Amino acid sequence: MTIDASQTAFPSPRRRGASRKRRRLALFGLVGIVLAAATALVLTALDDTIVFFRTPSEIAQRGETPGTRLRLGGLVKAGSISHDGPDVRFTVTDNARDMPVTYSGLLPDLFREGQGVVSEGVLQDDGTFKADTVLAKHDENYMPKDVADRMKAQGLWKGDEAGGAK
Amino acid sequence: MIAEIGHYALVLALALAILQSVLPIWGARVRDAALMGLASPLAFGQLALIAVSFAALTHAYVTSDFSLVNVVENSHSAKPLIYKISGVWGNHEGSLLLWVLILALFSALVAGFGRNLPERLKADVLGVQATISVAFLLFVLITSNPFARLDQPPLEGQDLNPLLQDPGLAIHPPLLYVGYVGFSMAFSFAVAALIEGKVDAAWARWVRPWTLTAWLFLTLGIAMGSYWAYYELGWGGFWFWDPVENASLMPWLSGTALLHSAVVMEKREALKVWTVLLALLTFALSLLGTFIVRSGVLTSVHAFAVDPARGVAILIILVVFVGGSLALYALRAPSLKQGGVFAPVSREGALVLNNLFLTAACAAVFVGTLYPLALEAVTGEKISVGPPFFNNTFGPLMLPVMLVMPFAPLLAWKRGDATRALNGLLGAIVVAVVATALVAGFVRGGPTLAPLGVGLALFAIVGAFAEIAERAKLFRASPAESVRRARGLPSSAWGGALAHAGMGVTLLGVVAATAWESESVTALKQGQTVQIAGYDISYDGMIQRQGPNFRSTVAKLTVRKDGTVATRLEPSRRLYTARQMDLTESSIATFGLSQLYASVGEARGDGAAALRITYKPLVTLIWFGSIFMALGGCLSLADRRLRVGAPRKSARALPAAHPAPAE
Repeated sequence: MTIDASQTAFPSPRRRGASRKRRRLALFGLVGIVLAAATALVLTALDDTIVFFRTPSEIAQRGETPGTRLRLGGLVKAGSISHDGPDVRFTVTDNARDMPVTYSGLLPDLFREGQGVVSEGVLQDDGTFKADTVLAKHDENYMPKDVADRMKAQGLWKGDEAGGAK
Repeated sequence: MIAEIGHYALVLALALAILQSVLPIWGARVRDAALMGLASPLAFGQLALIAVSFAALTHAYVTSDFSLVNVVENSHSAKPLIYKISGVWGNHEGSLLLWVLILALFSALVAGFGRNLPERLKADVLGVQATISVAFLLFVLITSNPFARLDQPPLEGQDLNPLLQDPGLAIHPPLLYVGYVGFSMAFSFAVAALIEGKVDAAWARWVRPWTLTAWLFLTLGIAMGSYWAYYELGWGGFWFWDPVENASLMPWLSGTALLHSAVVMEKREALKVWTVLLALLTFALSLLGTFIVRSGVLTSVHAFAVDPARGVAILIILVVFVGGSLALYALRAPSLKQGGVFAPVSREGALVLNNLFLTAACAAVFVGTLYPLALEAVTGEKISVGPPFFNNTFGPLMLPVMLVMPFAPLLAWKRGDATRALNGLLGAIVVAVVATALVAGFVRGGPTLAPLGVGLALFAIVGAFAEIAERAKLFRASPAESVRRARGLPSSAWGGALAHAGMGVTLLGVVAATAWESESVTALKQGQTVQIAGYDISYDGMIQRQGPNFRSTVAKLTVRKDGTVATRLEPSRRLYTARQMDLTESSIATFGLSQLYASVGEARGDGAAALRITYKPLVTLIWFGSIFMALGGCLSLADRRLRVGAPRKSARALPAAHPAPAE
């Protein structure tokens, strides 16, 4: 349908061509500056803060350098958990390679031997991984999606159908 | 039998929704009053039928009818009644049923209260609203039927995910959904306006109460979810920048922008094209939120049962509604008339700035949330975008919003006086500077910028009331006169001030709790003591307790301050027997506005208890601030001018009627 101008509640605005044009230009200028600043902010932040997801095998293959911040995914190796005061040591495995992990803090509720785990932290000089965050999920069948996908792709893990998503 | 009635009612509701999505809009095109008049009765009928369906599912949960798959998977006969009821929406199918119920409720409210709406606009709005309803009812009936039966009913159910068995999470989804779904009203009004090709001040006035309602519920819902994550996940964090949290934050940010641009449109007829776009985008972000939560495409600490096939269905709904509405927008927006001009320093100018930064902040959250998904689709590389990204982008973009917030109400429409506004804020500036200096001088530890954060928060809190002070002639008239004037101010002025102050209060809580928290992660043997923030916490041993559907191991802690017992903490670990699932139950003691937070790790061989104890100064302000924001929304909503049939008056008189900084 066509737009009936007589329906609008307002008469067309008086012509104030020049002033209006200048103000619009200023407005668009401001919008442009803010958007450019926001984009720059987002891009630099993305550059500095994204963390790559790796399995122990990938860390070995890629030869990741110590000091790199990573998300380490895999299974908690059976019999590898040991406590020392509030410090915990365990080994994350993708059934091909192992990565020893140290962590200081309380482990999440669903942290179990043989279960999937994702920990975020920094690769150390001695080849261990110092985690500052350990994530396990709320589902008793939980295999973190990232871990499951990656390990399936490598043919290392055959999740039962119930694994991961219900 | 009752379940079948529920299922049947849902099918009937779909039939009514289809009629409602076609007949009134057709009627509005051919100017047939009878067809347009069908919209309201159809909306009422739809609400009644969906309510019957919802009641049927609730009945199945309360009576533990284990012949329904949904009940078996999410309930247990030993579960307390409140969690039997909240179990209805603690799962995918039931939560979508709640979604359509709230959608129908909003339609019925428009049908009931929208008596002063022009007949055609009302018919269009209800028609558009019904198309959303059709899409989601189809989705529920085809992919997520909550009434599916089992041939061989088991004797017992599998219980609700223990994390969801919590009073906070019992009411969190309904609050959040009223917020999400409430923005559908802004969407429907925007699409209806585009169909009509007419957007004016009256339109903004009709849309505002609905947006405000949705916004205040969303605010409460987000705050509730944040508090739940704080005490239930056992880490003591109040915001994780998790995809599911971001999914609710994005519509909140664009909804906040929409509230403010609608004010400009209502008073000054400016920013029409932008306001309509924001209305469409806000609901699009709500749909995106539903998609993120329900499809599980993003790894999240909050996502529970997920199913990719359902994700695809929601994605289709998302594409159709967002694509369709934006196409209509592209077609019609150029024909919308331009509104009044304004100087850069003016109320409009400040609100434009607010919109600009809120939208930019929303876009930053959007990028951070969806970038991992996009990158994985393109390169196969898996990454995670964590809190540092959001802190580095969201923080700087919200800073100007907080700074400009107290100024805006003090500026006049059209052309404001910056010096006068600055004078009005002199008190707030003095408070902020003194507070920053005091904190920097006397509080030890914490990042160097933290005192400035405190100053900014106090500037926002005190500055929020500058407009009230000015209009009440505080210190310029006699105290009695000021009180009389303050009382006479419209409740929307108080609402705005309270909501703005709430932002400051939340910021103060965030700054204090992150900058000056003190934490200790230790392993204590019975009788040992640890000291945190001046409190001595001693471990008195473990005891066992039996709950209705769980067993818990409780660590007994005694908290002493200067040798006298201040309180006792009992963090525990629960084993939910039906699911054999462990859960940490934190224990929190509140001292004034600050909290002592304790959680306990798994029992260990050597008899020591692994404990994490954190002192979080002023942490409760985070949620009190949100409550102030929601209360502010309520006060604005209570303003007579929004409810009474003001739109009947010629809108032309409105802009000129408010030349002063008076709201």
